[in-house]
Amino acid sequence: MTDQFLFGVEVVLNGLMAGVLYALVALGFVLIFKASGIFNYAQGVMALFAALTLVGIMEGQVPFAHLINAIFGTEIHHFGWHVPALAAILLTMVLMVFFAWAVNHFVMRHLVNQEPIILFMATIGLAYFLEGVGDLMWGSEIKKLDVGLPQGASFWIEENTAFLGSENFFGFFIDQLDIVATLVAAVLVVALVAFAQYTKQGRAMRAVADDHQAALSVGISLNFIWVLVWSLAGFVALVAGIMWGAKSGVQFSLSLIALKALPVLMLGGFTSIPGAIVGGLIIGVGEKLFEFTIGPMIGGATENWFAYVLALLFLVFRPQGLFGEKIIERV
Amino acid sequence: MKDMADGYITEDGRKIGGVMMEMKNITLRFGGVVAIKDISFDIREGEIRAIIGPNGAGKSSMLNVISGFYHPQEGEVWFHGSKRPSMKPYQVAQQGIARTFQNIALFEGMTVLDNVMTGRLTHMKTNMLQQALWWGKAQAEETAQREKVEKIIDFLEIQHIRKTPVGRLPYGLKKRVELARALAAEPKLLLLDEPMAGMNVEEKEDMSRFILDVNDEFGTTIALIEHDMGVVMDLSDRVVVMDYGKKIGDGTPDEVRNNQDVIDAYLGVAHD
Ligand SMILES: Nc1ncnc2c1ncn2[C@@H]1O[C@H](COP(=O)(O)OP(=O)(O)OP(=O)(O)O)[C@@H](O)[C@H]1O
Ligand SMILES: [Mg+2]
Repeated sequence: MTDQFLFGVEVVLNGLMAGVLYALVALGFVLIFKASGIFNYAQGVMALFAALTLVGIMEGQVPFAHLINAIFGTEIHHFGWHVPALAAILLTMVLMVFFAWAVNHFVMRHLVNQEPIILFMATIGLAYFLEGVGDLMWGSEIKKLDVGLPQGASFWIEENTAFLGSENFFGFFIDQLDIVATLVAAVLVVALVAFAQYTKQGRAMRAVADDHQAALSVGISLNFIWVLVWSLAGFVALVAGIMWGAKSGVQFSLSLIALKALPVLMLGGFTSIPGAIVGGLIIGVGEKLFEFTIGPMIGGATENWFAYVLALLFLVFRPQGLFGEKIIERV
Repeated sequence: MKDMADGYITEDGRKIGGVMMEMKNITLRFGGVVAIKDISFDIREGEIRAIIGPNGAGKSSMLNVISGFYHPQEGEVWFHGSKRPSMKPYQVAQQGIARTFQNIALFEGMTVLDNVMTGRLTHMKTNMLQQALWWGKAQAEETAQREKVEKIIDFLEIQHIRKTPVGRLPYGLKKRVELARALAAEPKLLLLDEPMAGMNVEEKEDMSRFILDVNDEFGTTIALIEHDMGVVMDLSDRVVVMDYGKKIGDGTPDEVRNNQDVIDAYLGVAHD
């Protein structure tokens, strides 16, 4: 095999793993959109907020320290303890459930039956609110997130694939964190699908996504389901936040991963879980391959825009997304 | 004989009990439109109660009041001898009142089996944490519920479409699946909004037979809205007649048929 081909394979592998993360973020959107028709602009900020909270809890940071110090003239910043990663993750999950409840209780349930654009606006407001709260609670400096995931290239893979090419090929370069992220995302997706397919609440969730009236008539509380899907979206955001945060630190730009999910949704459709996954993979592989093959000819940095162009082209030819059904207007 | 407080025996030998549900002076307005005007009537344990009337008379609105989808501005709803507070539809469902809709409300993307399974939701007891931590127990419950659902599917003769997504079914079968889902809840009171609308003669006969069997075999109390007078006269024990939001008749099919107001407002129009 030629080295050039092997480099191509490596690019595809890395693209797949980036794609898994895109898919994860897109999945958060799909969950909420399917159940309530709300396009949750705040999904990215939720990932940021979850990651900030996780770091804050692990480091024993005092929440709202600046505020407290400003009001009471104190100088407290840390509790002086450290919380193990797993416990901190569980605590953060509890907080995300509380957040889900609060969003529904104070905002969304008052907007039932409003136009989708109004609901969308509400989530924009929510995004900035949450960003502000995150800032106030945990401060705005860049934080390092270390939950003990392995980092750096996997030497095992490098050593065991080096023989494939010539002496100029040193084996596939694959980041261990990417491998872990892929596994975690895969487990999460399987768990979510199993939950939706085989549990009572999962069936209720699918029912609400399908028809609100019918769901009510069989005894399903819409408020409960909305809190449930926002919680699940919160968990997904937390996982995405951990993976992204472990890679490039927890900072404001984390909330921009939401923008990466948009082309994925355009490709996969807003209501399809398999669509989000396949769409994420296509975008991940597509942008890496494009950068690898065409990028050098046109000056590189194609990853910023390639996903959008691909999604736009796709929209023109298949507006319903990969797995959506063709909509035929009844006349 | 219909006035006996604790019930009576019908001509075909079915036992009708005391009052299960009582609507007292219900008034429901939508802006300027008065959909229901000061209506009172009751539904007895074990009976088939029909609500009839011309288009726009307020029949569906009445059913929606009973099932908690609409909330009347005036009046009281009494269920099993106590006044019911204002309730959300899902709470009414949890009290054992199941319903179908005039314009069919099914989960189109789900299979027939899954649709009917949603009818069991109010009977499933394990909570979310148990489901997550104790997968086995949740699965055992699922299996037990599944058996009941299969019985209902057999009963309504829809075995052959169990795995078909509902969206692909023809209208008549959809109506039957919707009935199956309502029955799966093992309701005390079953509300049917025009269960035979849009059906051909044969389908209507099937549906009539199912309704009678449900009432007979499970002892389910049924309130139904129907336009086909022949069907109403055959099926129901007592009939409420509505017109322009008002009650203009209430009694046995025979009594109602001979009521002059009813003839003027409804039967006369329908039969000439
Ligand atoms: N959600 C609603 N909003 C506004 N008006 C309503 C609503 N539901 C019913 N109405 C009005 O209340 C009146 C009674 O309607 P309803 O649907 O109860 O009649 P119906 O007897 O079921 O008629 P049909 O035989 O055509 O089904 C109508 O004037 C209708 O327009
Ligand atoms: Mg109606």
